[in-house]
Amino acid sequence: MSDAADQPVEDVANKVDEGALGAFASGVDTSVDYPLQVEGLEKSFGGITAVDGATFEVESGTLTGLIGPNGAGKSTTFNLITGMLKPDAGTVTFNGEDITGEEPHQIANRGMVRTFQIARELSEMTVLENMMLAPKNQRGEALWRSVMPGVRDDVREQEEELLERVWEVLDFFDIAHIAEEYAGNLSGGQRKLLEMARALLTDPDMLLLDEPFAGVNPTLEKKLLEHVHELREQGYTFLLVEHDMDLIMDNCEHVIVLHQGSVLTEGTPDEIRSNEEVIEAYLGGNV
Amino acid sequence: MSVRDDFTARIPGGDAGLIVLVLLGTYLAYVLAGLVLGYTLRGQLNSIATLTFYIGVFAMLSLALNLHWGYTGLFNIGIVGFMAVGVYVTAIVTKPTYVAGGAAQVGGLGLPLWVGILAGMLAAALLGLVVALPALRLRADYLAIVTIAMSEIVRFSFLSGELQQFQLLGNRVGFGGGSGLILDFAPPLEALLRGVGLWNGYLGFVDAFQVVVPRNPKPVVDGLIYGLLLLGFVAGFYWLLKRTGESPFGRVLKAIREDEDVANALGKNTDRFKIKSFMLGCALMGLAGILWLVPQGAVTPNFFRPRVTFFVWIALIIGGAGSNTGSVLGGAIFAAVLYQGPRYFQNLVSAVFPNLDSPSGFGQAISPLISQFDPVPFLLYTVDSIRQLQLVVMGLVLIWLMHNRPEGMLGYRKETASVIPLSRPKSMAADGGDDDSVRTDGGVDAAAQGGETDE
Repeated sequence: MSDAADQPVEDVANKVDEGALGAFASGVDTSVDYPLQVEGLEKSFGGITAVDGATFEVESGTLTGLIGPNGAGKSTTFNLITGMLKPDAGTVTFNGEDITGEEPHQIANRGMVRTFQIARELSEMTVLENMMLAPKNQRGEALWRSVMPGVRDDVREQEEELLERVWEVLDFFDIAHIAEEYAGNLSGGQRKLLEMARALLTDPDMLLLDEPFAGVNPTLEKKLLEHVHELREQGYTFLLVEHDMDLIMDNCEHVIVLHQGSVLTEGTPDEIRSNEEVIEAYLGGNV
Repeated sequence: MSVRDDFTARIPGGDAGLIVLVLLGTYLAYVLAGLVLGYTLRGQLNSIATLTFYIGVFAMLSLALNLHWGYTGLFNIGIVGFMAVGVYVTAIVTKPTYVAGGAAQVGGLGLPLWVGILAGMLAAALLGLVVALPALRLRADYLAIVTIAMSEIVRFSFLSGELQQFQLLGNRVGFGGGSGLILDFAPPLEALLRGVGLWNGYLGFVDAFQVVVPRNPKPVVDGLIYGLLLLGFVAGFYWLLKRTGESPFGRVLKAIREDEDVANALGKNTDRFKIKSFMLGCALMGLAGILWLVPQGAVTPNFFRPRVTFFVWIALIIGGAGSNTGSVLGGAIFAAVLYQGPRYFQNLVSAVFPNLDSPSGFGQAISPLISQFDPVPFLLYTVDSIRQLQLVVMGLVLIWLMHNRPEGMLGYRKETASVIPLSRPKSMAADGGDDDSVRTDGGVDAAAQGGETDE
């Protein structure tokens, strides 16, 4: 992507640590062991049951993988957790609070932010506008503050602070060179980077990534994974939906296997690898 | 219409320069046409005043629609309903109280005009809220259906005999039914000048204007000054909407336009943003309606037919949705070319060729074309009916635009949604990318510290 890609990753990370990202991570509450708890989640569309009593927990500071064959209900589960869909039954608890049925924006403001399976960049906005959109509680989001003379200086001040954070995150993800581009002109991989960077700017505790590596070339995949690992070390929690078994097995501490809408099994990658049921589910056998 | 990026960049004075240039060009064309028509000075000034009036109202409406459609992606095709509510509420609040035997069938509350205007805008905004609450949760096309239905409901309510007169706060008021309302109070210009104590000075100025227009100069001066006042309102709309767009608020609106789910997933309460944007736009449409109709002295419900809505849409599409400067230009060009233009064109043709013998009916126009391949009578008939063909011309322009320049004149321009320019801050070192424009060296550690925010 750029000459900066040759730079040792540690350098960027160190710099970012001292900067804005360090500030984000310090906000993560480590006293709660399982920030996300899903209990008996159910959802059906018409006569088809997509999620059927899914129950699992995600441990704080881990990279947890959610896998399963096609139609296992992974995306629906994601949508139920993040409020895009309302569950028919079951509860979702985040940081000890029941968030079942809340609106997506409420859940995002609680510190759980998702990315989308197909990167949904805001194509007619520049990368910078995309990034500036994300931070929470912007003063200028109140119409009167943005318009009123005098008060607008407050907004300007905050915009200047945000802009520095934005550029730091752009540097961290090595996408500063495309900052002025329209998001619609980016390559698939750059969009994935933009989406993750944008989600990070909302200052979340937990990130839900829906197939972040689909359609990404191996070099970029490696880079994205490095970013994820760095952020995890800073204290962020990740829940990752992914098709690529090898990728999940190599990178996640904990793996949850969904099958026909409920949790088939969970455990460490090694446990999952040797589980007969999982192999059977993936090969299409009846469980 | 081959406007390109470099073209607008070369105009001195930027966007303001571009707008002034287009306005001057339009006025020049009208003055030249007036010369050909043999207009007196009075006629020229009147035609300029009328032109300015329509440029003003269409630019205002187009700016307000740009907030809905260009910024937020809200498909509002009930513009005229919000205008109607603004005008009627202003009328009821401002009309003098009912006196038996007076000219007016119904009275009003007799409050000052500025109260009436604020009430009218508020009513339009509240109607926007009522429409928006159920419709905004649905897909965009449902909002379109709801808004156009609402505008017709509003018109039929004002037409209805039931609401012709009723009691409000002990006053006999009403919407006057099909015969409409007489707006028997001081028009906005007079109210404004009296309010700021300049009315006598203004009358003195009108007297002095007799040097230019000897007989009864007041209507001419009124028209010209009101035109200027409207352009002032256009500037105010522009200022307000530019600030709205270039802010974090506008950024969320833009994100809603692009992909509402994303904005929502990033923690923005998109319903609330949409409602605010919708209500603000509706209030501005109400104000534009008030400024358009209150000086006319009377208002009838059938003015508020849906076609006015589509006029505004055409203006916005010509100018380019998403650009405030484009909205003003679109309003101006629509008013000058498509709204007032056909009338002028027809007058011009009959002035240049006074002895044209155009056929009196469609049959007489078309039969020579079919029987003898003689197109002249048909052409003459077309020119003679150009005013009636106004809507056809608008339709053709719209189709041409959709095919050749769907983004309008300035729609390709993206006005960055932020209070400050988003280039890399000077205090930060550029180390992450190959952004050559702002690359500096050294001071990485110090600069990175600057990013600490205390939330």
